[in-house]
Amino acid sequence: MDLEYSAEYEDFRSELRNFLEEHKHLSPGAVARAPANRESKTDGPNPAQRWQQLLIENGYAARTIPKEYGGCGEEPDSLKAHIIAEEFAKARVRPGHSGDNRLVPTVLELGTEEQKRWLVPPSIRGEMSWCQGYSEPGSGSDLASLSTRAEVDGDDFVINGQKIWTSGAQHADMMFCLVRTEPDAPKHQGISYLVFSMDTPGIEVRPLVTMTGEATFNEVFFTDARVPKNQIIGKRGEGWFVANNTLKHEREGLGDPHQAENRFREIEELMQNENVDGEPIMNNPAHRDRLLQLQGRMLAMKYNGMRVLTSQRKHEEPGLPRWIIKLQGCELNHQMAAMAIDSLGELGTLYHHSEHIRAGGMWQQRFMMDLGLIIGGGTAQIQKNMIGERALGLPKEPKVEVKPA
Amino acid sequence: MDFALSEEQQFLTQTVNDLLRDQCSLDVVRNDASENQTKNASLYHALTELGIPGTLISEDYGGVGLRLLDAALIAESLGGSVATVPFIGSSVLAPVAIQLAGSEVQKDTWLPRLASGEITCGVALGDHVGARDNTPISTNGATVSGRAMFALDVQDADVFLVATKNCELHLVEAGEVELNRLFTIDKTRSVGEIVFDSASSDPLLSSGDLKGTLATVVDAGRVVVAADTLGAGQAMLDKAVAYAGERQQFNRVIGSFQAVKHMCAEMAAELEPCRSLVWYAAHAFDAIPEEARLTACHAKAHLAEVGRFVARKATEVHGGMGFTDLLGLHYWFKRIELNRQLLGTPEFVRNEAAKLQGWI
Ligand SMILES: Cc1cc2nc3c(=O)[nH]c(=O)nc-3n(C[C@H](O)[C@H](O)[C@H](O)COP(=O)(O)OP(=O)(O)OC[C@H]3O[C@@H](n4cnc5c(N)ncnc54)[C@H](O)[C@@H]3O)c2cc1C
Repeated sequence: MDLEYSAEYEDFRSELRNFLEEHKHLSPGAVARAPANRESKTDGPNPAQRWQQLLIENGYAARTIPKEYGGCGEEPDSLKAHIIAEEFAKARVRPGHSGDNRLVPTVLELGTEEQKRWLVPPSIRGEMSWCQGYSEPGSGSDLASLSTRAEVDGDDFVINGQKIWTSGAQHADMMFCLVRTEPDAPKHQGISYLVFSMDTPGIEVRPLVTMTGEATFNEVFFTDARVPKNQIIGKRGEGWFVANNTLKHEREGLGDPHQAENRFREIEELMQNENVDGEPIMNNPAHRDRLLQLQGRMLAMKYNGMRVLTSQRKHEEPGLPRWIIKLQGCELNHQMAAMAIDSLGELGTLYHHSEHIRAGGMWQQRFMMDLGLIIGGGTAQIQKNMIGERALGLPKEPKVEVKPA
Repeated sequence: MDFALSEEQQFLTQTVNDLLRDQCSLDVVRNDASENQTKNASLYHALTELGIPGTLISEDYGGVGLRLLDAALIAESLGGSVATVPFIGSSVLAPVAIQLAGSEVQKDTWLPRLASGEITCGVALGDHVGARDNTPISTNGATVSGRAMFALDVQDADVFLVATKNCELHLVEAGEVELNRLFTIDKTRSVGEIVFDSASSDPLLSSGDLKGTLATVVDAGRVVVAADTLGAGQAMLDKAVAYAGERQQFNRVIGSFQAVKHMCAEMAAELEPCRSLVWYAAHAFDAIPEEARLTACHAKAHLAEVGRFVARKATEVHGGMGFTDLLGLHYWFKRIELNRQLLGTPEFVRNEAAKLQGWI
């Protein structure tokens, strides 16, 4: 156990701090990555793209992506990655991205040379944005049952079917998508992973309003949409394997402990600054105790993250400490948002730019979004199945053969 | 940056676990419990041969000179086996206090004997971790008066460490006090009531930062109690997972029912981060002083909450069997419940954490 950072890392950290101090005024405010609207694209790079470029040049974004694909070409160093995440979070500055944390690693691992050159550089520059076309009305948790079809016709796949809950499809330039190419194969073996432009004729995007009141996700309909055959990642029928690769990357992104720590600090400030009956909410022992319980959980998850990081640096499989991150981290974030709302009482319910609103209704927004994240990316129940079966070795549910009537 | 156990620490855990597997079976625990024996002589002797009582005692005084994380790992193993031996009081609180506050003469007098297992020390800090039913401990020079409740490791103790109301620490030999053992749900550890009636004492420290010193002693104890709960909780989870993989109902292994699988997953998801919290708090005690107290409070409080959750769910996974004396699961359940209340209940400890952060 040694929590000191060696000189190399201390230097790296202080350089990064200096960089942030000097340049953070250039960072586009919001932490969320707000993709440019496809219709409203202008010629020059927008502020978000310029920021990303600056981060890549300084080695703070797309670090491990090889130079020939537009990245920094650094050796993977999870500790430096950790320091970057930590310092950006502390400074509350929008971090860079690696194009799309699901698609880009998958293409780099499984794509052809031609695909890497086509897809990776513009993605990491923020000029090619992505949406994930996996879920369908009939196939959510049971993703492998998906039925959107792609049939070969000449040099193309011809896609028919429907996707749903596709986040960001209204803005995205491209989709990575699972389609059934081998209808007669067993369900996991008949799937292929395709990438294509959202401007492809035959694609219709219909916004789907979420409980937050915004249309952050969509339904996407395919009617004879033609995609060239070479836009498949991996082999035909191996899309399930490719997709699991993406899901692995997605799961790791959800439940990030840095976010929880920032959120905790925000609630601490809120409880010190908001008054009830003329007294700070922090003076109320019941609220305070709840905050402390959340702090205990937050710290446990933070140190759990350090443990996972250490395993990864040693190229060991982290096992259980990693399996639980999505389940516990998303739950903790949701609980924290709930705590903030309860501290605000009636004020906490204000929304829609109402007078007296606090933080622009952010806590309600987060409370709902976090519930979405408990469901999306593999529901809490599916996470528990995975923890039970893969980490604890409990037997799977017996398969029930449902015979068609 | 390396947030992991060293090879030596993994070896230590392995060695202690091997010994406990041999010498602290459930039968041994059950037998000890039936006789109210909380200091199993042969087990204690075997642990002494490994140097366990001297874990935190410097090599200068015949100990092993390890750190709190090592003591926490030992506590985890002892909790995992619901071991009927003194540890938290005699091998953690007392050595930490004597080394922090004792004079050279006092260290020479007490530490080698504690390290060798020749004597054990009961520890009474009750005035400072939620006093009840007591009479505050007062001093008059080198005598102590009052009644301490819930002193730890009292059975057959040769000497008692007591914190007075005004935060002095005194050592009082057993012959000077009246000891009444208290019988809690947990039959694997001894707690008691100690009556001091102008008992002559060896005062450890009567000037300087009395409060700070006492608080540091309590920090160490809290981390180690949390570690004991971690071990006991992990043992219960392991038993639940094993049972869920064997027991059949409706022609299926019950672990294939999601209701059961999800109980196991929830226990694991709650307990696993606790391990990191305990490691961190123990490491902070020695290496990150500015974070030590807060993380000790959180380790104590959070493990109390998760411990109770795991103890209850693991029992449920075992069905009616879990409720029986026959299975013995209740020894772990009760140890976790005693730990929850020792050295400050979760609410009490969190309140301290609020004060530390300037929230009150
Ligand atoms: C905010 C948000 C963003 C999303 N973004 C995208 C996106 O960009 N692209 C995309 O493809 N999808 C996206 N999704 C979809 C998401 O992946 C699915 O909603 C999710 O996988 C669950 O599928 P479902 O909605 O069909 O629910 P169902 O699978 O129908 O589940 C309903 C309930 O049944 C439970 N359940 C189902 N199967 C089991 C089982 N085997 N064991 C125990 N319980 C079970 C679930 O836990 C849940 O409680 C998003 C969802 C949300 C909420």
